[in-house]
Amino acid sequence: MPARAKPAPRRRATPGPRPPKPATKGRNVYMVTGGLTKFAKAHPSMDFRLMVKRAYDYALKGIPNLTADRIDGTRISYFSDHFSRQLKAASMVQDYLGMNPKGSVRIEWGGATGGECFQAAYEAVASGRMDVCLAAGYETMSRVATWKGNEFIALASDTNFDFPLGGFYTGYYALMVVRHIYEYLRRSRFAHVKDEREAQRLAIKEGCRIMSMVSVKNHRNALHNPYAQYPKRLTVDDVLKSEMISYPLTREQICTMSDGAAVTVLCDEARAREFTDRPIRITGVGCGTDTMRLADRPFGTVPLLAHEKASDYADLPYPGVHSFRAGRAAGREAYRMAGITDPNRELDFIELHDAYASSEIQTYEDLGLCRYGEGYSFVERGDPFLKGIDYGFPTPKAGAIPVNPSGGLIACGHPVGATGLMQAVFAFWQLQGTVGQHFGDRTLQLAGAKRGAIHSHAGTGSSVTVSILERGYR
Amino acid sequence: MRARPPTFQKFRDVQAELERSGAAIFRSPDGNESLVIRYPYSIQYIHSYAEDSPFFLGLAEGRLRGSRCTKKSCGFVFGTPRGHCMVCGSATEWIDLPTRGRLHSWTTCHFGSEAFLKETPYNLGLVEFDGVGSLLLVRVKDAVESDLYVGMPVEARFDPNPKYSVTDVWFVPAR
Repeated sequence: MPARAKPAPRRRATPGPRPPKPATKGRNVYMVTGGLTKFAKAHPSMDFRLMVKRAYDYALKGIPNLTADRIDGTRISYFSDHFSRQLKAASMVQDYLGMNPKGSVRIEWGGATGGECFQAAYEAVASGRMDVCLAAGYETMSRVATWKGNEFIALASDTNFDFPLGGFYTGYYALMVVRHIYEYLRRSRFAHVKDEREAQRLAIKEGCRIMSMVSVKNHRNALHNPYAQYPKRLTVDDVLKSEMISYPLTREQICTMSDGAAVTVLCDEARAREFTDRPIRITGVGCGTDTMRLADRPFGTVPLLAHEKASDYADLPYPGVHSFRAGRAAGREAYRMAGITDPNRELDFIELHDAYASSEIQTYEDLGLCRYGEGYSFVERGDPFLKGIDYGFPTPKAGAIPVNPSGGLIACGHPVGATGLMQAVFAFWQLQGTVGQHFGDRTLQLAGAKRGAIHSHAGTGSSVTVSILERGYR
Repeated sequence: MRARPPTFQKFRDVQAELERSGAAIFRSPDGNESLVIRYPYSIQYIHSYAEDSPFFLGLAEGRLRGSRCTKKSCGFVFGTPRGHCMVCGSATEWIDLPTRGRLHSWTTCHFGSEAFLKETPYNLGLVEFDGVGSLLLVRVKDAVESDLYVGMPVEARFDPNPKYSVTDVWFVPAR
């Protein structure tokens, strides 16, 4: 075993876990409907206003009592003014939907913009400020060429120290997964290999193979999702052989730029019961943050979830650049509020922000679906796969806790301001048992799903939201 | 009167026509037609390094500077300088960093954002230094993908013709 390369002094840079907070949840909040456009490379025939309108009309269709006049106000999300080239675009959405003069505010929180918009609407209802709140989000990324789009996205990294080095988010995620593989594969499966460089090469090769299984899963699931941008039947080999973008991440392990919109309607209990006999309750919300620059991430201790022990991670510098402390913090807050003590057993599925196949694996650990270091074996065992779908390799534990049954960002696309709301809509249909009705295909419907999580992630993990949705009816 | 722009059913073809003439019509599967145009968008932006300035001025003098928390009981040392301490909030002071360190992680980018495409492939590295609590993100030169590994000793090089950018410093495999 090589000497462990570590920055010194390893001092604790963050305060320890926050104490449990009192349950000041405000009013119960329910989701009663949702809608979205198909996500696509480009929708040149719809501008952002019309995309949101289409998603909104879909959401309201089928709920006779839920008319525009019943909506008290809105929260509208889009990520980048560069992509829109229209400041105050949220005002134009509000205007186009005929919502004036109701209250509205624009939400922006990087890649987690949609997830944050969902929680902003939650807060509007929980606080009693509104009884019915519309959360709507969109992004139109087709307005510039892909590599210019990457430049816009990379402006969400420190422009003094990070952006001028290449302005490339895939590069940042590659740095993170190389270290994740070093921590968790090099030091376990390849501990016996004496030559350090050889051991690292073997570990990266193994990590890539397993990441490719995640890509196969998400693309394969999406074959049954008509809203998805890139449904495909792929093999692990196809993924590995696709174009190298930033070593070791290949094209098929990375989400794409998209145009799309999504909306949800949240309301209090009385309205929820009036609007639908199948409301879905939001039982937990959580949000966490971390340093903007990867280079500043501390090497401290793991904030534990209820089912973990400090001794599990006695020698693990955390989060370093291998894990997302913001995701862990968001998960802890949401789980505590929802009363979840063992997420793997108590959640039926997760719609998880898989901008990269690597970050899906890193996030399994942050959200406590498995222990830190077990993410790769978690995939190999098959836990996050769907039962009854042939992925082209064995998935013995398929169905244990399906992750991204919809296909996730990798296959559905990532129109940033809509993405977190898209997850809410998919989770809502899953819990209502209406996937077949909305997709025209029942394959992705999980039998008896009662509780799910949605996870929205920004920057290099600089902010993350987690929300818990549960069936609000018997 | 200008002729009506040509019509396409694939966005890719619309993009190509925009390159040629600056205008095209997109016809969606339902028969709707949308006029699409293209125009330039470029600016000169005024950017102050403000409290980070000594780092960039230091690079131009061939010095790699970090910062250290001035509070005695804290004293955190930052590999990427910051004006105030992330741990305790106290002001920091400038220090010289070691010019040798190790790769904490690395990658080779085969693409980049538009401004950097012509520089591909390039390597990025997060460098860790002895006695320093946080890392520094840099370009790693004079090495190809197969040379790089976690823990690799590296040392700083400075641009003799500084551009006042973080790219005025890069690291190479230590001799």
